[in-house]
Amino acid sequence: MYAHPFSYHRAGTLLEASKLLQQLGEEARLIAGGQSLIPLMKMRMARPRALVDINFISGLSDIRSRDGYLRFGALARHADIEASDAALSIPIVHDCAAGIADVQVRNQGTIGGSLAEADPSGDWGAVLLTLDTSVRCSRPSGERTIALDDFFKDAYTTVLGHDELVCEVIVKQPPKKSGGAYLAFKRSAPVYATASAAVQLTLEDSDTCKDARIVLGCVGLTAIRAKEAEKTLRGKKLDEQTMESAVEAARAAAEPQDDMRGSADYKRVLIAALVKRAIGIAMRRARGEQVEAQHEYVGR
Amino acid sequence: MSDVEKTLVRVRVNGQPREALVEPRTLLVELLRDHFNLTGTHIGCDTTYCGACTVILNGRTIKSCTVFAPMAEGGEIITVEGLSKDGQLHPVQEAFAECHGLQCGFCTPGLLLSTVHLLSKTPKPTEKQIRKGIAGNTCRCTGYQNILKSIRAAAAEMEKR
Repeated sequence: MYAHPFSYHRAGTLLEASKLLQQLGEEARLIAGGQSLIPLMKMRMARPRALVDINFISGLSDIRSRDGYLRFGALARHADIEASDAALSIPIVHDCAAGIADVQVRNQGTIGGSLAEADPSGDWGAVLLTLDTSVRCSRPSGERTIALDDFFKDAYTTVLGHDELVCEVIVKQPPKKSGGAYLAFKRSAPVYATASAAVQLTLEDSDTCKDARIVLGCVGLTAIRAKEAEKTLRGKKLDEQTMESAVEAARAAAEPQDDMRGSADYKRVLIAALVKRAIGIAMRRARGEQVEAQHEYVGR
Repeated sequence: MSDVEKTLVRVRVNGQPREALVEPRTLLVELLRDHFNLTGTHIGCDTTYCGACTVILNGRTIKSCTVFAPMAEGGEIITVEGLSKDGQLHPVQEAFAECHGLQCGFCTPGLLLSTVHLLSKTPKPTEKQIRKGIAGNTCRCTGYQNILKSIRAAAAEMEKR
């Protein structure tokens, strides 16, 4: 399949990329790994007149852990994150990186591109909303750092200006006695998930929840923070009944639509099951247990 | 054809410098097949699913239907044509032939490269690592059992050498 014709521009620096976007106008788009954008262009659902390629900008793919923060360069590939020691320190980040699509897509796709594309079925948005995450962005008039909670506006839409680029994704290390899990359910490895649940908990003692974040993926126009469900857990003993109430609240927060991946009703059932299991794994991890969690598909 | 300015793409393919002047929307798989006449890299689904177009770019497998050719500028590419040396099949190719790891053969170039990449990173893969390593390659003939067997055999043979 051929994409609509476009002119191609290679940026050597962040500033050059921004200036190219300004010159080329609103019909120009950035391209990083291209694993979301290129399929959309081939299906003609996206038809940019110009592409500004940022893959050749150096120093944008570092992964560092320092002073209580993990810092991912915008061009850090999912596979780099999967293999990094930094990601191992926050299990939910590793769960996500290690299971996005398949090896080939993880080798090419980037964390910055994934957030900037804001695909409603993207994995990183849901996962990083459970953590204190901010996005450092640059444009010719200067830099700004945006909390991820304020970053997504709608499906495929962020608050980024036309000439603005994501340059770094910054994740605060969760406090002690924290644990999280990301469960994405998909019908095979390479496809987008049918539904996904990201849960991050901090415990007061081994049973009581101090803080909770619950985010639902693929069941709305953006990843959805299930704030009522979080409230249900916060300050409570994590017994069966409390968890059931949280699961119910999460199910109510989902806004799924019928599509080729499943009916809305099916997705509501699925999201509830995923949230329940993710809470269980997050709790055990917060207690210091080593528990495996991964994207789920047939044949894994 | 469009009136968009063409872009010169220079890469090394299987150790040989190659270049072509292409429309920017040319996919890497089309650069390999249509401009360099390397038709071992297949176009299967053309939607980032099946992995028939898998090649190694700068040491990592990618789906060449999901990279525009100019994005590979300066890159080092290995295709299935680059696996055998001096008429001698690569151990992964030998194992696939020996263990009947293919039937129609359409997915085979991609699976061979995914296996080479997997074994370069993980010389002694567990069953789980093998399955994860080829999760991006679809085979519609074999049912995968002989592919898994081939990969185990290749790993054992490469360890000996």
